[in-house]
Amino acid sequence: MMKKTGGQIVCEALVREGVEVVFGLPGGAILPLYSTLGSYPGLRHVLVRHEEGAGLAADGYARASGKVGVCMATSGPGATNLITALATSMMDSAPVVAITGQVGRAAIGSDAFQETDITGATMPVTKHNYLVMDTHDLAATIKEAFHIARTGRPGPVLIDIPRDVQAEEIEFDEAEWDKPVSLRGYHPPTVADEAEVAAAAKLINESERPVILAGHGIIISRAFDELLELAEKAQIPVISTLLGISSFPEDHVLSTGFPGMHGMAYASLALDQADLLINIGARFDDRITGDTKRFSPNSKKIHIDIDPAELNKNIKVEAPVLGDVRHVLNQLNPMVKKTTHVEWLRHIEQLKADHPSLKIRETDDLLGQQVIKAISDATRGDALIVTGVGQHQMWAAQHYQFKNPNSWFTSGGLGTMGYEVPAAMGVQLAHPDKEVWTICGDGGVQMTLSEFATIAENNLPVKIAILNNNMLGMITQWQDMVFNKTFYANTYTGNPDFVKLADAYRIKGMRVTSPDQLDGAIREAREHPGPVVIDFVINPEENVFPMIPSGQSVAELIEERL
Amino acid sequence: MGDVMANGLARRTLVALVENKPGVLARISSLFRRRGINIASLAVGASEQKHLSRMTFVAEGDPSTVGHIAKHLDKLIEVVEVSDITDANVVWRELAMVRVRATQESRPRVIQLANIFRVSIVDVGAEAVTMEITGDTAKIDSMITLMEEFGVEQVMRTGRVAMLRSALSPGGEDGEFGAETASNIQTREGLESGSV
Repeated sequence: MMKKTGGQIVCEALVREGVEVVFGLPGGAILPLYSTLGSYPGLRHVLVRHEEGAGLAADGYARASGKVGVCMATSGPGATNLITALATSMMDSAPVVAITGQVGRAAIGSDAFQETDITGATMPVTKHNYLVMDTHDLAATIKEAFHIARTGRPGPVLIDIPRDVQAEEIEFDEAEWDKPVSLRGYHPPTVADEAEVAAAAKLINESERPVILAGHGIIISRAFDELLELAEKAQIPVISTLLGISSFPEDHVLSTGFPGMHGMAYASLALDQADLLINIGARFDDRITGDTKRFSPNSKKIHIDIDPAELNKNIKVEAPVLGDVRHVLNQLNPMVKKTTHVEWLRHIEQLKADHPSLKIRETDDLLGQQVIKAISDATRGDALIVTGVGQHQMWAAQHYQFKNPNSWFTSGGLGTMGYEVPAAMGVQLAHPDKEVWTICGDGGVQMTLSEFATIAENNLPVKIAILNNNMLGMITQWQDMVFNKTFYANTYTGNPDFVKLADAYRIKGMRVTSPDQLDGAIREAREHPGPVVIDFVINPEENVFPMIPSGQSVAELIEERL
Repeated sequence: MGDVMANGLARRTLVALVENKPGVLARISSLFRRRGINIASLAVGASEQKHLSRMTFVAEGDPSTVGHIAKHLDKLIEVVEVSDITDANVVWRELAMVRVRATQESRPRVIQLANIFRVSIVDVGAEAVTMEITGDTAKIDSMITLMEEFGVEQVMRTGRVAMLRSALSPGGEDGEFGAETASNIQTREGLESGSV
């Protein structure tokens, strides 16, 4: 037995979980923990400027590293500032542990200064959460939290710790660390039922026009090789979801883009015409299905997912397979017959030729699509790409050619504007030696640009590309196309000078206003060893195409501006 | 999808074994709330296993949403197991306490009806009696309806508790059932009143 404070137990538990980086911002109710944190040099604390930045950085770190991302905040406003980030991680299944301070145990429920019921508030946006009322429970709780965050369908877990629990000194039994996690109500599946796998294999072997819909589950379970094996063995075209981008190399002949609202027309058409849809680790999101009644109407469907509640939730399927994607593919691949699907693949090639989808129009103006294409060419598809949410996100998804597994980081489910800057910090910290570009809109970047200071302070060499059209581009596009040109609250007439702003943060700033400056500016940014902000002033009238309006189907697909 | 009621909503009965900890009910009810599912009745109590409680829910909502809710509940860490027993062979009961106005004149008739329904009187006051009714929803509904002519002062119902029938019992003979619709409640009301 040894005397330990709650704060020491927390820090030691984090070290034992393999945590190397913590994103956070202290406040009164978490100060006892912070007074201990400095004594653990293995835990690098990155001091953010706003707690949402801590949460989103932890999310980016988690997705890029495959490890659990950790963020910390104080009680009340510190904790509530984490909520958007937790919801982001929840929607996209990113493993994050958030540690929040809480007012002292005796004050809980008294509306004390900076008291918020954060376990109550975060219930719908966390996989699980805890309020630790007994210091003796801390070690086991943290172990459980990490276990829950990283296993099964990953997700965020919040641990709320009253300040007197952090400060309290208890007799601590070292044997606590070795106690296994035992949760009666939590048994995430791994391998699938053989009969379910066999049913799926039968459908694949009988199909003539199969497609794979590759989702985020491929990336989360690191099933890149298994996916490639399945696709090549049975010669099946691979369409990815937005979050499934970079699960399959885009320079592969079977790569068939991503479908849905702003996906490639040929991908949406292939899904529509397939006789078998093999959904691997995706959740039939409404941005892909549109009108569920008219979605892929001619196909039988296989759905492989680790979350039983996703099976038959949005789309009814003939062959649900419950299990971890990598395990399931390892079971499935040997049962799949080698085949060619020559006619179908020829048809897919024809669809790609007839519906190119990614044509960039000829103009002297600078277009967002050109910027992405230039970054893609300059980095040869090898960079790690982070985005915000909106037109720039769709152009990045369309025009960057991803070659490497897990090289695309975006808020797909929640659609969190402001994700781009803090998440890029996390991605860069997970991969200090890799080239990280974050593609921002001028709207989203202003939601979290306080983290420019964190980037500068830590000299993170993130290249920040702002596609600046001085407006909320996707809002403008919807008002243009869906709301009968009733433009309102869509333009930013008072945007800052982003180059001067970068300068104020001691970050190298550049501005690009025409296509002929593109390559030079990108080269200069890549050669600069530190962070760079590039203000790409783009044509504000450009819309994202193709487009399937919300709730519709391929019948309403708009390929390009009429 | 089980029992679609006249208003287009479905009613389903779920039984969950859950950890007996603060906040568990809030987590569960939050899943119902965000999907617009109404909890028509809820009964909670200790189970045969230490630290675990058993809950019986009767949930009403959009048929496909309420049909999927058990899977969402099962994802909660503190829910150990959950089953949708709507279409299963179950025995279920509900308890109600009903305080009925019973004056000097009406009391004999109130007591007579209570006896016919095998309902026990658990409290007697100057102007009212309180009765305890155990049975299925239809029996309790019928009893309350019958008491209305005397004046029903207060009704307290526990909500349904349900248990799967053991394999040896053929079940179903006594009008106990899982599936239930607005229309067959009426039918059974008639049967129950007629049979007593």
